[in-house]
Amino acid sequence: MDHLDKLEAEAIYIMREVAAECEKPVMLYSIGKDSSVMLHLAMKAFYPEKPPFPFLHVNTTWKFKEMISFRDETAKRLGIEMLEYINEEGVKNNINPFDHGAAYTDIMKTQALKQALDKYGFTAAFGGGRRDEEKSRAKERIFSFRDENHSWDPKNQRPEMWHLYNTEINKGEGIRVFPISNWTEKDIWQYIKRENIPIVSLYFAKERPVVYRDGNIIMVDDDRMKLREGEKVVMESVRFRTLGCYPLTGGVRSTATTLDEIIEETLMSLESERTSRIIDSDGGSSSMEKRKREGYF
Amino acid sequence: MASADLLKFITCGSVDDGKSTLIGHMLYDAKLIFTDQEKSLELDSKVGSTDGKIDYSLLLDGLMAEREQGITIDVAYRYFTTDKRSFIVADTPGHEEYTRNMAVGASFAQLSIILIDASQGILTQTRRHARICSMMGIEHFVFAINKMDLMDYSREVYQKISDDITAFMKEIPYKSCKVIPVSATEGDNVTIASKNMPWYEGPALLPYLENINVTKAKRMQEFVLPVQRVCRPNREFRGFQGQVAAGELQVGDAIIVRPSGERAVVRHIFVGDQEVTDCQEGQPVTIQLDKEIDVSRGCIIEKNGRSMVGSAFVAKLLWMDDQPLAVGQNYWLKVSTQKVPATITHINHRIDVNTGDKLSADQIEKNQLVECEISVGTKTVMDLFSKSRELGSLILIDRVSHMTSACGVITKLINQNHNLTWQSLDITKDLRKTLMRQKSFTIWFTGLSGSGKSTVANALEKRLFAMGKHTMLLDGDNIRMGINQDLGFEEKDRAENIRRIAHIAKLMNDAGLIVLTSFVSPYHADRKNAKSIIGEDFFEVFVDTPLEECEKRDVKGLYKKAREGKVKNFTGIDSPYEAPKNADIVLDTVHYSVEECVDQIIAKLSAYER
Repeated sequence: MDHLDKLEAEAIYIMREVAAECEKPVMLYSIGKDSSVMLHLAMKAFYPEKPPFPFLHVNTTWKFKEMISFRDETAKRLGIEMLEYINEEGVKNNINPFDHGAAYTDIMKTQALKQALDKYGFTAAFGGGRRDEEKSRAKERIFSFRDENHSWDPKNQRPEMWHLYNTEINKGEGIRVFPISNWTEKDIWQYIKRENIPIVSLYFAKERPVVYRDGNIIMVDDDRMKLREGEKVVMESVRFRTLGCYPLTGGVRSTATTLDEIIEETLMSLESERTSRIIDSDGGSSSMEKRKREGYF
Repeated sequence: MASADLLKFITCGSVDDGKSTLIGHMLYDAKLIFTDQEKSLELDSKVGSTDGKIDYSLLLDGLMAEREQGITIDVAYRYFTTDKRSFIVADTPGHEEYTRNMAVGASFAQLSIILIDASQGILTQTRRHARICSMMGIEHFVFAINKMDLMDYSREVYQKISDDITAFMKEIPYKSCKVIPVSATEGDNVTIASKNMPWYEGPALLPYLENINVTKAKRMQEFVLPVQRVCRPNREFRGFQGQVAAGELQVGDAIIVRPSGERAVVRHIFVGDQEVTDCQEGQPVTIQLDKEIDVSRGCIIEKNGRSMVGSAFVAKLLWMDDQPLAVGQNYWLKVSTQKVPATITHINHRIDVNTGDKLSADQIEKNQLVECEISVGTKTVMDLFSKSRELGSLILIDRVSHMTSACGVITKLINQNHNLTWQSLDITKDLRKTLMRQKSFTIWFTGLSGSGKSTVANALEKRLFAMGKHTMLLDGDNIRMGINQDLGFEEKDRAENIRRIAHIAKLMNDAGLIVLTSFVSPYHADRKNAKSIIGEDFFEVFVDTPLEECEKRDVKGLYKKAREGKVKNFTGIDSPYEAPKNADIVLDTVHYSVEECVDQIIAKLSAYER
């Protein structure tokens, strides 16, 4: 077994443990490359059975159009149950990434996620977080306990020994489970290549309409994107290292159109992937931990 | 591109010995961090330190509280690759308060770097960490004597501590042990050999880690597959899923299922979604057998059945709960995929972390090491940790707070089934049943207080008696006034109550009787335990009367008292009732009369008796 086989085996073991021990699990699906890997692992883990839990996409309504069509095609192709949750209250109040900044992320992502988990009564939720992404994630357990307010208490995590996971909870409490905690960005790309996993085409370089804003390259995905004074839409060959809401996701100039070229670029890259997520730098070096304490994935 | 060989290691040692700084410096020097992280590190250092020097520990101490207090609270994982090897390092906290988080890191590592402050020498915490590493199965040690810059890079200081280490390590089994003098802040002997310590001729830390061989000697291992779940996508397919813990298996091999001892032959093997002809250690598999036998989560599939099935063992534990260890208290025990109720029956001794001495103790506090005896309610498959990591490692979970109270390893098996064997009797259950002209089984009624369990059970027994059947009805209150009068209504007492009743029912079944039991039995796990004791001849009858209806009936006036707070731990009010999901029979006492409910059960039983 090579390194990827071991990572795959660990993730499958974790998924089977959750299916066997947790009352009502769900897998969060964000359409990105990590979610694509998670979904692929889930299909393998329970084969020939379909994954014995639904998938949940928390839609902020500001995702790239390509992401939504990819999501629907994927669910249809694999015959899995895909739930979508939108915070309708937020939509009604026209909460958007341009006017509301950090409040937008809280309302349309964190609050929406909590509402969705409560609505369906999910007791365990798989997420695609990896420890190499960010320094507070590097501290999180694979089975991460959440209290009845969905909060994470980083100072008092349950010890986690060998692969003996504690899945005991009271009613109202929950567990977030991270089966690919020990994967790095490089592992993800190499696995996608090895297993031939379909991913959204936004990961590959293509001429796209973009504007330069605050040092980021933002794609103009629809006409809700209002141009500021002096801004001009230009066509550039760009791709995305991570995917989220289009106004908050910075692209990188690239000509990488194949997986090999992407892997090559990733290995050569001097910057971590989270730099392309504008929301992560909002609020200083501990912003991720703050959001996680409030219930964010 | 071939994946490089992987080394998983931890850094540990006392607080302020410079663990996070050492790893931070190693990553920085080896150019293993991204530029944005480097920039943010330089920025954060300016804010945090007075002299503007880079504070390498900030690369690892990722929590707000850690950065505020300048300490490590929980283990951080970092991933890096050099030209020679891939590494995962778990940087662990040094404070005694956070020992359990250090143990989390130790359970995952193959090698441990224990830091020692050159000005302090070996401390209690150094010894504690070394002992915990050893207990958790680590066999490779590096002692990094740090802050050599503050001791003028003195060879004498190094030699003195090195001698102390040699003396101390005589007590601890290991495969390799290396002492390296370093300075984590200045970078001496971190990635390259130090010019300040020419008297040290060994390798620097990173080159040592790149080259050390930690592969285990290949020995013949028996096949062990702990079953995680049963895969049943349709009627034709029934497969058992799990990760191969040891050994190899081929299609056509004969296997034995523990603890039941049933045998079968392997017909198909899948690794993930691919059908294969054989599988080996570490692979996630699904296997299909040639015949229908009873296999469920927690069963262990083996080729030769070498591991033990037992009900008591000796374990070395690290106690991790704020609540002290209490002899006689009931916990959940997890060994591999098995989860069973267990009781710590005796504390053999506490282990002094400093000297290794065995001290007598009747209570064990957080962060202490203890050797104790544990007995389990159900037959459990287990092995010594030295023989099997999978079947010899365990955790204990508090049944009320759900805290992971302890982790540990099995060091001795007592009372396993090849010492204590079931005495076989000439007059068997089958002979008795033939004489009595009936099948014997247990009908287990469960439901809220006032749901009508006893009423229906009573009516059913009368009907069975009239049919000429030999029966016995075990009723909640009656049992609690007699054999179980020492038990209360706490969760652990409820579990023991059900366990005893299940054993009584089993004995009566063996005597040929049909047994009816009428107990609230609110917990799913306890009913499952009862079923595993009694066996296949078990019918679960769920008297599904809604709480409001039970409370309206309130035959014994108990709901009123519970609402007033005069009765504590009352099921449905301030204690949970976990409704059965797959009861054999579900009764609706709101819409059907007692006699109609009895008819429903009789119909099911006649089908069974045919």
